[in-house]
Amino acid sequence: MRKVYSKIETIAGNVISVKADGVSYGELAEVSTSYGKSLAEVIKLDHGMVSLQVFAGGRGISTGDEIRFLGHPMEVSFSENLTGRIFNGSGVPRDKGPELTENLIPIGGPSFNPAKRVIPRNMIRTGIPMIDLFNTLVESQKLPIFSVSGEPYNELLARIAMQAEVDLIILGGMGLKYDDYLYFKDTLEEGGALSRTIMFVHTASDPTVECLMVPDISLAVAEKFALQGKKVLVLLTDMTNFADAMKEIAITQEQVPSNRGYPGDLYSQLASRYEKAVDIEGSGSITILGVTTMPGDDVTHPVPDNTGYITEGQYYLKNGRIEPFGSLSRLKQQVNDRTREDHRALMDGMIKLYAAFKDSLEKQSMGFQMSAWDDKLLKYGAMFEAVMMDLTVNIPLEKALDEGWRILSDCFDPSETGMKTSLIEKFWPKEK
Amino acid sequence: MKQGKVVGINGNMVTVALESSVIMNEVGYIITDEGKRLKSEVIRVMGDEAQLQVFEITKGISIGDSCDFSGDLLAAELGPGLLGQVYDGLQNPLPELAEQAGYFLERGVYIDPLNRSRRWDFTPVAHEGDKVEQADILGTVPEGPFKHSIMVPFNMLDSYTIKSIKPAGSYLISDTIAVVTDSRGNEFNLTMSFQWPVKRAITCYEERLKPVEPMLTKTRVIDTFLPVAKGGTYCIPGPFGAGKTVLQQTTSKFADVDVVIVAACGERAGEVVETLKEFPELTDPKTGKSLMERTIIICNTSSMPVASREASVYTAVTLAEYYRQMGLDVLLLADSTSRWAQAMREMSGRLEEIPGEEAFPAYLESSIAGFYERAGIVKLKSGKTGSVTIGGTVSPAGGNFEEPVTQATLKVVGAFHGLSRERSDARKYPAIHPIDSWSKYAGIMDTKKTTKAYNLLKRGYEVEAMMKVVGEEGTSLADYMIYLEGDFLDAVYFQQNSFDAVDCAVAPERQEHVFDKIYDLLNSKLNLTEKSAARSWFNQLRQRFLDWNSAEWETEEYKKLEAEIDAHIAGMKA
Repeated sequence: MRKVYSKIETIAGNVISVKADGVSYGELAEVSTSYGKSLAEVIKLDHGMVSLQVFAGGRGISTGDEIRFLGHPMEVSFSENLTGRIFNGSGVPRDKGPELTENLIPIGGPSFNPAKRVIPRNMIRTGIPMIDLFNTLVESQKLPIFSVSGEPYNELLARIAMQAEVDLIILGGMGLKYDDYLYFKDTLEEGGALSRTIMFVHTASDPTVECLMVPDISLAVAEKFALQGKKVLVLLTDMTNFADAMKEIAITQEQVPSNRGYPGDLYSQLASRYEKAVDIEGSGSITILGVTTMPGDDVTHPVPDNTGYITEGQYYLKNGRIEPFGSLSRLKQQVNDRTREDHRALMDGMIKLYAAFKDSLEKQSMGFQMSAWDDKLLKYGAMFEAVMMDLTVNIPLEKALDEGWRILSDCFDPSETGMKTSLIEKFWPKEK
Repeated sequence: MKQGKVVGINGNMVTVALESSVIMNEVGYIITDEGKRLKSEVIRVMGDEAQLQVFEITKGISIGDSCDFSGDLLAAELGPGLLGQVYDGLQNPLPELAEQAGYFLERGVYIDPLNRSRRWDFTPVAHEGDKVEQADILGTVPEGPFKHSIMVPFNMLDSYTIKSIKPAGSYLISDTIAVVTDSRGNEFNLTMSFQWPVKRAITCYEERLKPVEPMLTKTRVIDTFLPVAKGGTYCIPGPFGAGKTVLQQTTSKFADVDVVIVAACGERAGEVVETLKEFPELTDPKTGKSLMERTIIICNTSSMPVASREASVYTAVTLAEYYRQMGLDVLLLADSTSRWAQAMREMSGRLEEIPGEEAFPAYLESSIAGFYERAGIVKLKSGKTGSVTIGGTVSPAGGNFEEPVTQATLKVVGAFHGLSRERSDARKYPAIHPIDSWSKYAGIMDTKKTTKAYNLLKRGYEVEAMMKVVGEEGTSLADYMIYLEGDFLDAVYFQQNSFDAVDCAVAPERQEHVFDKIYDLLNSKLNLTEKSAARSWFNQLRQRFLDWNSAEWETEEYKKLEAEIDAHIAGMKA
């Protein structure tokens, strides 16, 4: 039987400290308060003094409350029973299902050996042309969605969750508005995708500490499924909330802030999560798609900036669309030469024409005279935006490529497109 | 063995109560409940307690756990068999680690950096009775394309007499190959390997020379305009997505040096994988052997423990200095030094030191200077010269070069290749910004000519900026020509396609040839009197040049395209 301690020495923010011995770093404890029980994690040991971070927060803790050390670090149950379930940041069910306690696995495990990694080779089809055609998502890729608050990033994630060709979706919600949480739940339920989804959700009203657990829990579970051969897609929203939770806790612990109040290890902390994305040879894979909201549309803000250095590209969500210019999938070259022969050429060609359209649009708005070529471009731009940039569709890549050719043929002569003759001969739509 | 007991843990810093004396920067092993031995380093001593940074995840360490002190500083093992290896920041071979521990980097597993069961063909050079000192050559073994010198360990400071030396034959790393006696008659058994503390520079050379000979990278903009000298230092700062890593990878493939050491420090694991899978397939044009045989990869990616990230650049530079000691030219590429600086910042925060700018420690600048100063071209006692060239990338927060790491680096390097978002967004690669960047080294070509061309490019940039305000109509023909010429030079010479099989690496002869042609054109008077005609003429010329760039040197195709270009230019010369 483990000892119970009942003299809390200090309470500061979410951190309490107590004199105890035989405690190890990262161990969990249970704090019994008059408001109920909460888990707490050991975050610092200094001689006899143990500092604990209380998941439910410090509010309402009495100096006489009981603390019982559990002798193990934070763990999460792992089994097939997880699918279709919804939990909070401590792994406690949020739905009406039973608590899971069998087969506990530790979270925040060691890093994957780089020597065991393989070069990414499979695309993940999402049915969204702006992703599949122009910035292909690749298995084992880590990609953030850079977005301003108010953009439909959660709608986009929910759609990807329903349409992506993967075996399992793990959704990690951090600081979600309750409405958004319900939106995800209802959408996935209606779309019939809940059965292949596991949700770990921290809502904005939950204790901050639980927010920190969400990526680790989600990725620990993802890793186990990937080792069993499953293709797992982890959706994290919103990583800026995660960083803000880290900031909050670091500041209350009196750590020296580095940039705009964020702790100095922000990069390492984000990297250790994103780097869990992996393609395991002869087994499954983890792909991470995370939302990073940019305060004030500022890409140099520490969170998007550090994220950009870690991830393999980014999707730029602006005005309800994935921007073709700021967005980049660094791994697309690994796969888009093996989809269909016109994929790369069409991708480059259509974007070039879209850039030309933007120039024409600028000319138009400045009141310059429009040439015939400008008119063609304007027509093209409108069609491109309506068909290709729509995020509420589900079109297979091949169909999207055909649509691309159709738009080109509706707007231009073959020679105006800058496409190779051999491709035009093969793919240019025949006269109706 | 000296021991201590754990009394405090905060992140990856552990406080240990000492039972005996301790050495600053000594390596200790913390022993956990599960019996794992976690490597750590003493970074501060206070009274009866020492603070250690642990090179592993600290979860599960308890108060009262014991700590064994090794009595040695953090050291790298030096000897034959380093080339072609993939190490983590503490010189653990990662492929062997994977064999032993599986997919994940299990903590507390340490493997000998050098293969203990491999045999090496040793040929003695020194003889019985010879007087030797540190770094004198005892014999050689073939390693990859080189003769690897087996030297008297650098930490043996006396003068020694060789009592016996093994005849030519095949030996293990751990076999005694020579016995030497010092001036007081003490005997030492020497093997083919020894340890050297990574944070101390190896200085067993006669003198340091001034770096003058260019180190060719086969990237035009670097070799022609922003050269790097053998034994020099340079840095590549740039925002994310500007192509730092691609530029480093290209350099690691084509640089004209003997040994390349890639230190992937706190960056993406995926990028290292590309190098790992690609290099064994590529051939080194210099030796005809696999590129991997001249490469060592030190890989401490972003998710691996921070303390060993801090150590990784020192491990890398120590290996570089070791090969320099054999008279070889070594290039060390560190990607990225910002992550290394951040590792220092994290530790400094844990130590509760008074922070400097952006919370970096006050010793940031001296640490960066100390690292880059380990580069250099040196004259060895044998009369040969060897060099270590260091190229480091910097990842400035928000792409802003005013931040402390970039500024501290700029103070100590000899060349600055600043990448710009503006250029990478316009897909102009390598995205080295011609206005911001500089180099203090001499290149392969006449500096007068290159300066003139470089200034033209800068002027072109200025005209372009002006044109955005006053429009094409408001620009004089003379200015417009400067803009076109600058833009042309930029497009066909400054920019280079690293994904094109030919254009990715341009030999110096070809660079000179092409540059002379462009220089001649830029100094000729052209019969262009009208802007749109000038634009289209330059556009045509550019297209031809780009085709020419991807034609292989001196082939029929190459000559044909060159003739076309000559004709095109000749037709317009006044």
